[in-house]
Parts: sequence; structure tokens; C-alpha cells
Amino acid sequence: MAERAPEELVRLDGLVVAGRGHRALDGVSATLPRRRIAILGPNGAGKSVLLRVMHGLLAPTAGRVAWHAVAGRAPRIAMVFQRPVLLRRSVEDNVVYGLASSAAHRGLSAAQRRARAVAALERVGLAHLASRSGRVLSGGEQQRVALARAWALEPDVLLLDEPTASLDPGATRAIEAVIHEIAASGVAVVLVTHHRGLARRFAEQVVFLHEGRIAEQATVTDFFARPRSAAAHAYLEGDLA
Amino acid sequence: MSWIADSLAGAFALAASGDLRLYAIVALSLEVSLAAVAIAALVGCLIGAAVAVGRFPGRRLVIVVLNAAMGLPPVVIGLVVYLLLSRAGPLGALGILFTPAAMVVAQVLLITPIIAALSRQVIEDAWREYEEQLRSLGVSTVAAARTLIWDTRYSLVTVLLAGLGRAMAEVGAVMIVGGNIDGVTRVMTTAIALETSKGDLPLALALGVILLAVVLSLNGIAYAVREWSVRRHG
Repeated sequence: MAERAPEELVRLDGLVVAGRGHRALDGVSATLPRRRIAILGPNGAGKSVLLRVMHGLLAPTAGRVAWHAVAGRAPRIAMVFQRPVLLRRSVEDNVVYGLASSAAHRGLSAAQRRARAVAALERVGLAHLASRSGRVLSGGEQQRVALARAWALEPDVLLLDEPTASLDPGATRAIEAVIHEIAASGVAVVLVTHHRGLARRFAEQVVFLHEGRIAEQATVTDFFARPRSAAAHAYLEGDLA
Repeated sequence: MSWIADSLAGAFALAASGDLRLYAIVALSLEVSLAAVAIAALVGCLIGAAVAVGRFPGRRLVIVVLNAAMGLPPVVIGLVVYLLLSRAGPLGALGILFTPAAMVVAQVLLITPIIAALSRQVIEDAWREYEEQLRSLGVSTVAAARTLIWDTRYSLVTVLLAGLGRAMAEVGAVMIVGGNIDGVTRVMTTAIALETSKGDLPLALALGVILLAVVLSLNGIAYAVREWSVRRHG
């Protein structure tokens, strides 16, 4: 864990994920700043694969991920997936489960875990559903429970993989509001999305992936106003889906 | 065809008469099979979860063997248990041959592979859905297996019912290791076989009707529980 300038979040060095004659990531190298980051790109560009590699869920074929230390320790990283996976138990118990599984929260008593879970649910506006079974909620509510579960872990970094995919506009707005709050609380958020409006409203930095490589990295304003790469230009024009 | 109707009428009359001999047989059947299912559930679900979640050399071979073991012939299991428990056998000192305990052992060996193989499939399907999320939360493999068993509990009840059905319907193994001793090791299936051979069809049919009623009731209860759970927990 290298100590570097505090504005640096993570360094990606030559990441390759290859298999069966295909390279999902083909030499991704970048230094991401501690800002709100959106990873954009067409289908199959490697966005979700990159997020999984950054989280350690997927081992790269080559290359490494070096996170910037937080207060002298490895950063706590949480991830929320496109399709939230809630356990067959109450909403509150789902959040408690996350805390009980977290090595960083082993010292908490059962009562403390429960109190934190309730607080996290309040922050995402779902405290009134705490005793309901998680799996009978709507897709948007389930995603907010997943966000509450991740937020309760007090992560330094939150990785979001298409958190608003397949949700209606109302649910998307609710999720977006929660993501803004999480980022405002000091958590570094890396967001993979197809939702350009969300990326434009939320992100400060954009990383644009194309065919497993970073085609462009820019501020959100520059990316949407003046894309430099032909691929990003085609993507924004709707010629690259 | 009138003999079938007469036998059925006699069977229902016998079932309703409160015949102690009949109910002793039913009680012993349930006792032996439920004990076997309880033990096999513990062992089988643990094996199923370990194979579903674990990654180890030879895992595919274990899956094939488990699936194949679902079709083990009961008489072969009965014979093996008989040899193990007979006085000259390696476990002869236990002295449980021709007792209900020996029947439980045989049924455990018969249904453990069934419960292990089917629970492995149920838990592995859930693992595909949960794996990334649980790994993301830092859940250990053992804790993940525990979580998956709990989360698939209603599907696993169906698996246990399959095991119970197999145990209660089984005749070959319990006949060999139990000996079908009246009042000691006689269960519904062995009694049906015996009474049929003796020509006492009303008793055989009464036992058959009760056996079907027990199996139907257990499945009905399990179905109702599962429906309720799906509505409540999704």
C-alpha cells in the first residue's frame, strides 16, 4: 500500500483480464483521483469487469490495483451490484448481516449493529420498511437497501455497478439522491453507468472505456462538451451502444 | 372386482377401528423414517453445501458419485449393513442387527446421498446468485454455506420430503436388517409385503391407505409452508 498524494484514490497498472481468446481488459492503466468518478463506455467495454478487479472479486491476468492508503490502512471498499442480492430475511437483518460479516466491525455488539442498521435505513428513507422481508420490496427499494447495507459498513470507497439499470424514473431519482448523499458524506464513489444523465449530474471525472482500454479520461464537463477520442464522440452521438 | 371393494372397505374399517397392532406399525414406521431423515438431513445438507460452495480437486467426480448414489438399490444397502452389523461383522459388537436402530442405519445410508445431491443442486443455484455479493461483504466460505442453507431452507424442506418419501416407501433394506419381527421391527412396507403374501388384503390395504395418507399429509404441509414462505419472504 503506497503512500501517495492525498488526492489520489487508486492506481491501475496495466490491468489485463483475458480468457478464451478475448480480452475484457486490455492493459488498463490510470491514476484515479479522489473525486466522483463515472466509468462510461459501450456494452462489452469492460466497465463491470474493471469494477470487479478493483474490488478484488476478479483476479486480473496481469497488472495490479494499488489503492491509496486511508489513515495508514487499506481503504474499506464496498460494492453495490446492478441487481441487488438481498437475503431471505428482513430489511434490517440484511443490513445487520453486512455489519456482522465485516472484519472492520467485529467489535460491535449485536445492539450496536442493529442501531447502525436502523440509522443506515433512515438515511436511505427505508426505516419504515425495516421489518419487511427484503426480497418482496420493489427493485428500487431493494437497491436502496443494498446501498444502506454498503453505507453502514462506513466504506472509504463505494463501487457502484449500474445501480439504476432497469429502474423506473422515480426509483432512479431516489437512488441518485442516495448516491449524492453518500458521496457528500466523504465516501469516494466510483460509478459504472449507462445513464449519461446520471453521470453528467453526479460525476466530476469520467473514465471512458472502449474495447477493454481507457480511450479517454477527462473532467465531466470536458468529456461531454469536447470528447477527444473518436470512440467517445461516437458514443455520445449514439453511434456506439 | 368386488374383492378389491371389499378389501378397501375392510381397510377403512380397520384404519378407523383404532387397532393397536396397526397403529404400532405406523408409529414405528414414522419413528424409524423420521430419525433417518433427521440424521441424513444433517449429514446430507452439510455435504451438499460443502460441495456446492467448496472448490477442491475431484469436486466434479464427487458430484457424479453423489448423483449416481441416489439410485443405490436398497437391497444392496441392506446387505452391506447386514454384513457390517452381523455378529461376525466389524460392527457386530453394537448388537443392533434386527432392531429399529439397524433400520435407521440402513435408511440413513439410503437417503443421505439423495439429500446431499439434491441439496447440493439447490444450494449451488443460490450460490450462483449470492456469490459476488457475499464475497463482496467479506463472508467466509463456511459462513456463506451457513447463509445459503438458511436462505434455501424452504426448498431444502422439499429435498427432505423426497428423502422421507424414499425412506418410508423402502422395503428391501429394512426387511434384511430389521427382519420384519412382529412388534419389534415390523413397519408399514414390510407388513404390507407380508400380509399380501399371507392373503390378508384388508390389513395390507389399510396399511397402504395409511402410508399414502401420511405421505400426502406431509407433502401437503410442506407445500403450504413453502407457499406461505414465498409470499412472506419472496
